[in-house]
Order: sequence, then C-alpha cells, then structure tokens
Amino acid sequence: MEIKEQVRFDPYVPPKLGDNIVDSIVGWGRKYSIFMYPFVTACCGMEYMSVASSHYDIDRFGAGLPRFSPRMADVLMVVGTVNHKLAPILKRIYDQMCEPKWVISFGACASVGGPYDNYAVLQGIDRIIPVDIYIPGCPPRPEAVLDGLMKLHKKIQNQKHELF
Amino acid sequence: MTNEELQIKFKERFPDFAESCIIDKGHIVAEIPLEHMELTLTTLKDDSEFDFKMYMDFTVVDWMERKPRFDLVYHLYSVEKNHRIRIKVGITESQSAPTMSGLWPVADWHEREMFDLYGVKFSGHPNLKRILLYDSFKGHPLRKDYPVTKRQPRIESTFPTRDSQYQEKDLKIHRGD
Repeated sequence: MEIKEQVRFDPYVPPKLGDNIVDSIVGWGRKYSIFMYPFVTACCGMEYMSVASSHYDIDRFGAGLPRFSPRMADVLMVVGTVNHKLAPILKRIYDQMCEPKWVISFGACASVGGPYDNYAVLQGIDRIIPVDIYIPGCPPRPEAVLDGLMKLHKKIQNQKHELF
Repeated sequence: MTNEELQIKFKERFPDFAESCIIDKGHIVAEIPLEHMELTLTTLKDDSEFDFKMYMDFTVVDWMERKPRFDLVYHLYSVEKNHRIRIKVGITESQSAPTMSGLWPVADWHEREMFDLYGVKFSGHPNLKRILLYDSFKGHPLRKDYPVTKRQPRIESTFPTRDSQYQEKDLKIHRGD
C-alpha cells in the first residue's frame, strides 16, 4: 500500500498499467510549475488579479509566477476582449513562446467575442491561435478560473510529452 | 449665466441664427450653417460674454436620407461663467468642415476619431488619419450604410468562421425580408 502511494504522482490521475511512466513524471513536473503570460486587455483583468492574489491564491496550483515575457512562459492566458487591431500582436506573442505551450481563453470575450458582435472585435481567439481551455463567464468567478486551471492540469498530466 | 440669459445674449450677438437657437430639455441648442461655423465658434470662445474656453465633446450624427447628411455637434462649456451650449452644423458627404484644432487643441483627436468612424473631412487639420481603426480598414463603420455584419479581419482565420455562415441570414433580418 505504501509503495503504491509513492509511485502515484498525481492524486487526481494515478498512473495506470501501460502508461508511459516518463510522460507521467514529466507531466506531473510541468503541470505544477506553470509560468503564465497574462495577456490582459479588459475588465476580466480585475478577476485575474483576484485569482492571483492571496484570497484565492493561484500559487496553490503552481501557477503563481506570471512572466512578463512570452519567451519565459508556458501558458498564454488571454484575459479580455481582443479586437482585430490587436489580433496580429496576439498571434506574434503566441509564436514567440517556446514549446511546450498551452493557451487559456479567459472569459466570454476571448472565447467567442462576448457581447461585442461588431466590426471591431475578434469573435474568439481560436480564430487565430489554438486554445486548450475555455473559461466561460463575464467575467468568470475565481472558482471557475481555478476549475479551468485544474482541467489544464489534467490535460498536461495525460498528454504525451516530447522531451528531445 | 442662466440658459435664458445666454439665449438672449446669443440672439443679440448672432441675429442671423436667432430662430434656430432654442432651449431643448434644459440645454441651449443652436444650428449654424457651415460657412459661418468658424467665425461663430471663434466668437463664442474669445468673446468675454460667452467665454466658452472648454471644448467638452464633439460628435457626428448620420441622418442617412436627410440633406445635408451629417450633423456636427459641438458641446461647449464655460468654466468661468458655468454655462453650456450645443452647436449643430449640417454638412454633406462631399463638403469638408474647418478644423477647430487651432482654437481648442483637443479638437485634433476628436476630429480624427470622427474622420475615422464617419468619414467626415476637416480642412486644415494637421494630421488627418485614422486614430482608432487600423490603416487597412475600408470604409467608415458608424455610417448607417455600413453593413452590420461586415468584418475585416487582419489575419485570415484558420477555422470556418461564424461570419460567413451567418452573414446572408443576418442581412436578411436586417433588411426585413
């Protein structure tokens, strides 16, 4: 029983027979050391600050250190409305990030354009870059953000990791 | 100065536009033809009786079928005397309005914004180009004849977009077919 506890790297997703143990270990390491790049453009940023500060404390999930350079970041968190004028900048920031990288779309505007269906606003960032996790809400509650982060953990844990 | 006093002063000073000067919902509104606009606004600013030193807001209204098509709407305020006035100037698509950026420097960006969104031209403006939208944007989105569902993305989408599916249907709804 004690030996079984030792090889269990993730309390949510224990490795099963036939799992690649290297992927499992690397996934465990990567999911608990997320370096985020917050691409904050609008009011959802207030909710991001709430998640990041001590009451909800994103650091409990290993994502407490935002890096303000895309070259140092693993996760691009797009927080708020992205309009057509800004779209090439977002695309360029995504291209600057090193592999492995993931994208979280935070809030209704980043996911589908939100209430702004007009000439100026991009109708969802998945039109220009691939998105891993969508967090709904206008703006989302901090609990929803933490839930999205845990889903990203699950995804990183279960995916295949290219080491070389 | 109260609205009534200001109205009387305005009518004395500009007898040509006296009929157009009314009090609408507690606010003085005056309509002025385009060719007298520059002189009138200069007088309103520099005359110590009016003393409209503050340029509060500038907008444009698109009336589509009316002639002239656009209304330039100036909101002026006097900090010293605590009174306000709203000036409306009709203008067609082909005309260009004199710039007010020499009188109130803040008018520079207001006029660029209105040029960007409505396509109204201003003669004598130091730097008349788009301020909010990107340079490759075609047309002026706040005009009534700009299609509601028209999109001009700068990056080609890699996914099938909602615009292409919905555009025809939305236009039918918009036209009332």
